[in-house]
Amino acid sequence: MPPHPPRDRQAPPPNTIISRRLLADSIGKFDIYAPLIAKKRKPGNFVMVRATERSERIPLTIVDADEDAGTITLIIQAVGKSTKYLLTLYAGDAIVDIVGPLGNPTPLVAGKSVVCVGGGVGTAELLPIARGLRENGNMVRTIIGGRTRELVILEEEMAGCSDEVYVTTDDGSYGRRGTVVDQLNDILASGTKVDAVYAIGPLPMMKAVANATRDTGLKTTVSMNALMVDGTGMCGGCRVNVGGAMKFACVDGPEFDGHEVDFDELIMRNRTYSDLEKFADCQS
Amino acid sequence: MNEQPKHSPDSTPPNQDGAAAQRRAAGVNPLKPSERMKIPRQHAVEQTARDRVRNFTEVSLGMTEELALREAERCLECRNPVCMEGCPVSVNILDFIRLILKKDYVGAVNKIRETNYLPSICGRVCPQESQCEAVCTMGKKHQPVSIGKLERFVADFEREAGLFIPPELPERRPETVAVVGSGPAGLTCAAELARKGYGVTVFDALHAAGGVLRYGIPEFRLPRDILDMETERIRALGVTIQTNFVVGRTATIDELFDEWGFRAVFLGTGAGTPNFLGIPGESLSGVYSANEFLTRVNLMKAYRFPAHDTPIRIGKQVAVIGGGNTAMDAVRTARRLGAEKAYLVYRRSRTEIPAREEEIEHASEEGIEFVLLTNPVEILGDGRGWVKGLKCQRMTLGAPDASGRRRPIPVEGSDMTLEVQTVIEAIGQKPNPIIQSTTPGLSTSDRGTVVVDEFQTTSREGVFAGGDLARGGATVILAMRDGKLAAESIHRYLNRNGAAPADRGNGQAAMTEPETAVNA
Ligand SMILES: Cc1cc2nc3c(=O)[nH]c(=O)nc-3n(C[C@H](O)[C@H](O)[C@H](O)COP(=O)(O)OP(=O)(O)OC[C@H]3O[C@@H](n4cnc5c(N)ncnc54)[C@H](O)[C@@H]3O)c2cc1C
Ligand code: SF4
Ligand code: FES
Repeated sequence: MPPHPPRDRQAPPPNTIISRRLLADSIGKFDIYAPLIAKKRKPGNFVMVRATERSERIPLTIVDADEDAGTITLIIQAVGKSTKYLLTLYAGDAIVDIVGPLGNPTPLVAGKSVVCVGGGVGTAELLPIARGLRENGNMVRTIIGGRTRELVILEEEMAGCSDEVYVTTDDGSYGRRGTVVDQLNDILASGTKVDAVYAIGPLPMMKAVANATRDTGLKTTVSMNALMVDGTGMCGGCRVNVGGAMKFACVDGPEFDGHEVDFDELIMRNRTYSDLEKFADCQS
Repeated sequence: MNEQPKHSPDSTPPNQDGAAAQRRAAGVNPLKPSERMKIPRQHAVEQTARDRVRNFTEVSLGMTEELALREAERCLECRNPVCMEGCPVSVNILDFIRLILKKDYVGAVNKIRETNYLPSICGRVCPQESQCEAVCTMGKKHQPVSIGKLERFVADFEREAGLFIPPELPERRPETVAVVGSGPAGLTCAAELARKGYGVTVFDALHAAGGVLRYGIPEFRLPRDILDMETERIRALGVTIQTNFVVGRTATIDELFDEWGFRAVFLGTGAGTPNFLGIPGESLSGVYSANEFLTRVNLMKAYRFPAHDTPIRIGKQVAVIGGGNTAMDAVRTARRLGAEKAYLVYRRSRTEIPAREEEIEHASEEGIEFVLLTNPVEILGDGRGWVKGLKCQRMTLGAPDASGRRRPIPVEGSDMTLEVQTVIEAIGQKPNPIIQSTTPGLSTSDRGTVVVDEFQTTSREGVFAGGDLARGGATVILAMRDGKLAAESIHRYLNRNGAAPADRGNGQAAMTEPETAVNA
């Protein structure tokens, strides 16, 4: 036997789904047995997942972990072929490959007043950061939003680690009608003291947040969901232009200074395969 | 060229009398040196260029037994077999060729295996023309003996006949060693250590073992069933291969020692981080590093999209920048994915192209267009975020630079544009910094390579390194040589006086600068 950290004999095989719960029709929350990753992960880390032998490798943020139970929590929205497949899995099923934790932990300020902005399933990626910020003794205001009520997730969990939670929906079906950026602008305009902003969501949302804070110079951290193949720095597919320099989101990020990132370039390049992905999806 | 598969020996034996036949039957070469020199170099059977640009199956089908015997008869059986000096791991070439003459092909492959554990791979990917075949006596006046193809022949013969016998293993020792990276350096180190009785776990970041052999070198040069078989044989030595494990992230080197109980570590993590030219337009859709392009196709099987989910997008016209094996593999892969025009853009001339000679020949047979003495200056976009051209400048060669190759100098006013929709950059790789940045006391050079001495010892006690990680982009066989040498050093290290694990501080090892890149 190779040496191995002591392991519980009753433990399930690695990558087994321990529990699964739907947060919305197309969004699932999974606790997965991955003890080595659970032990090492920090807020901001992600894993690369290959759902089946034929699947792509996709990055998914580690939302939470339970070191004692040896589990990590992933929140998955069914958008492409892999994520749709993953949502068909149940407790007891196993995922073929999970590797991590990858990426740099988010640099968290301490003892300050911060605003966390989450859009759609980006809210899931924001949760561990908001929790970390709370643990660091910050005053945490959280804004979460979605297109419609059903896509607003984790409100309760966010409330558990935030001093204030604001909800927005584009169609006004829940919370404030409007975008998370409208809410952010109001907070900034109200003269409330804010020292830092953390934003995770679709690229256009993060771009709008960065633009909203650009003139104030308020430190704004965004998380780059670039296309990734390996997630370990060996393909360069995840490259982003940050302050004129080429950075790899998987090893230099995923978080960067929102005022330095060239969002438009990345938005364009992320479309490279959009039609092919739809094609793969309808072939299944 | 080569539209007909070649399969018969290129000339009949000049000496067919009875005595000669008898000697031949006894496995002794009956030919006089002058007769041997008259036999032309025999060629392996190949898929025609027309067929192979439409598939991903192997280009060279190897030698038949008849061809191999004929080729082996060309060997002069030199008293001073210089070929062995040309081999980085000193394979006993003369003895293995003699065993071929005796038709003892399994004996021949086992002779190779005494010093080279992966003959079916080396027979396919080693740059023989700059190693053993470069110095072969026969090559002085005629063409050198086709040593690589003979190596491949015996390895394939053994596999096809199912005659492989796993080596006997000594009694298991208590110590365990961690090998990081499952490329040729790591696999060789693991095999050597297992054959000495150590418990070995190989860790790899990816989901499949093999390193560049898996994600970089295409199937048309190295079929995956051969790679799978070689990794299976290493597992059969009792080696555990743990994929999906990024050392430095899933566990650090310190944790492998302190929590996992490994007594020594070999680092063979290669040089996997791609360089980019830094010219305008690199963020356009349609620009790839060769690593990304080849990983999508080889590791993720994008050429079988949509049966496999990973997509690849390729234009009708494709430019690959660079001249190494990586560039050659990328451009030939692009051709197979349907590119009508596939350009290889290289800033020096044909003679300086560092790729294997056979690959350069195969590429031109496949209709690859070599755009030589040309340097890209800008990737042009179509206004909607996609590539539409590659703006280049013509070069001329000046005085030799530090590497001994003539330095390319731009020709003023020579700008030209290639109309392409895909640009693939293959301009070299550097080591991935994850381990170096999470391992205190591990010395690195300014090129990002891990510094080792002539025993593959790093500055950290109990930590050894080799392959591209220490060399910064070299060859499969040099990686294997390092892995083997490191296994010897680890064996010595674990059996030094008392063998108690000393404090593994920042002990300084003697530093030497390793040999430099040939594959950029
Ligand atoms: C496309 C291409 C074609 C080539 N063609 C030839 C050829 O024809 N002939 C030839 O001789 N040479 C060729 N080369 C060069 C040759 O492949 C390399 O020199 C050789 O593979 C180096 O071997 P290695 O074991 O040092 O590293 P690699 O083969 O690079 O393997 C390193 C392994 O380590 C893993 N790894 C990296 N970081 C970590 C980590 N932190 N934790 C765990 N695992 C990690 C990687 O996933 C990888 O699997 C080619 C190279 C390329 C890219
Ligand atoms: S140098 Fe050439 S001819 Fe001489 S033994 Fe080696 S392979 Fe044979
Ligand atoms: S995903 Fe390949 S380098 Fe980042």
